[in-house]
Amino acid sequence: MNSAHDLGGMHGFGPINPEPESEEPVFHTDWEKRVFGLALAAGFLGKWNIDMSRYARERQHPVDYLRHTYYENWLAGLEKLLVEAELVNSEELKTGKAAGPADESIKQRVLEAQDVAETLAQGSPVAMTISTTPGFKSGESVRAINRHPLGHTREPRYVRGRVGVIHEYHGAYVFPDRSAEGSKEGQHLYSVRFTAEALWGQSACGRNAVYVDLWEDYLELA
Amino acid sequence: MEYVPETGSAIKEEIAVSEHHHSHDHDHTEPPSDLVLRVQALESLLIEKGLVEPATIDVLIDTYETKVGPRNGANVVARAWGDSEFKDWLLRDATAAIASLGYTGRQGEHMKVVENTPTVHNLVVCTLCSCYPWPVLGLPPVWYKSAPYRARAVADPRGVLEEFGTELADDLEIRVWDSTSEMRYLVLPERPEGTEGWSAAELTELVTRNAMIGVEKAKTPVNIGRNR
Repeated sequence: MNSAHDLGGMHGFGPINPEPESEEPVFHTDWEKRVFGLALAAGFLGKWNIDMSRYARERQHPVDYLRHTYYENWLAGLEKLLVEAELVNSEELKTGKAAGPADESIKQRVLEAQDVAETLAQGSPVAMTISTTPGFKSGESVRAINRHPLGHTREPRYVRGRVGVIHEYHGAYVFPDRSAEGSKEGQHLYSVRFTAEALWGQSACGRNAVYVDLWEDYLELA
Repeated sequence: MEYVPETGSAIKEEIAVSEHHHSHDHDHTEPPSDLVLRVQALESLLIEKGLVEPATIDVLIDTYETKVGPRNGANVVARAWGDSEFKDWLLRDATAAIASLGYTGRQGEHMKVVENTPTVHNLVVCTLCSCYPWPVLGLPPVWYKSAPYRARAVADPRGVLEEFGTELADDLEIRVWDSTSEMRYLVLPERPEGTEGWSAAELTELVTRNAMIGVEKAKTPVNIGRNR
């Protein structure tokens, strides 16, 4: 979807003003910590994947997405996911009181504290084995297709319609557009090099380039 | 349809602006109470329903506050600086090379390391969200997740680097890596001059988080008060 999360190339946000590295805490408030921990813990219930999480944050009103701080967006996304997965209902969210306990089947998936380290260390690899051969080779010119799906996609607007060169074939990986709908489909993934000039016109410095990871469905031969 | 803002928007807006722009004049450690209450309500609801364990949340927070952070990445870089075989492996199969040092898992399942050289400087961003290699760098800083960085890194990397005090020669190629997939990128900075014979432990002192994102270079011996 074309919304406020797709920020590459936007103007007007002003300076970055980074906090000095030596002074910046990992979390700035207690509520941020709790949102982070809750989002991860709830994610381990297995009712949604990473693309569904991203899509939940993206589906806020664009004004809210930009106005919110980072963990406010996580909170908004988590609440949406919990309701959509029917783990809680909107009345329970409003009151903070449970109308009833969760199903026993889902409770069995609750992550215990002693299993956190091992679960994090395992992660969730998304490499897949698929039977088709990759459609593009390193060095080939490709165009990022000018497509505007209403659902989740990882093809940023700033590359759409632009021509780049296949830098590297990564292998087959879960395709985010379908993954956000809850279906696991593998697709070939490439690193594509775009010159700054191809993306931003003649005013861009020609010595710069942007490398973007793009799935086969996002690309066509140029 | 007319946009209807959420409740408490005036206060939230002020907080959002202060965090998005990281104005140090504003106290952004004081969130609006409605937000704190909302988070507390959600946590108590999920605990009451039996969907989360409070102790699990504490361990998750503690893991990324005290255990997993950029010192891991610094160990990877220092090892690569001192061991050319490891460096070759790291550039060829970063996931395996990094795993050999014990750094694996969530948000680092598929790693790529990109090397700075005298002619190429690399910079990592996630324009669409906040993708970042957790096992080697921990959780991303606020600025990495902020709209101005995500907007500008791909279109004006030189301007972004200047804001971090990093000046590069005009003819240097800047390569920006937009983390649009589950590949997670780590920059291998150039080893500073004057560090011949340094141990891996000494070298890690030169490797900052920002250097591994690519907004800065590694520190020099002079930067850390050593000049030999």
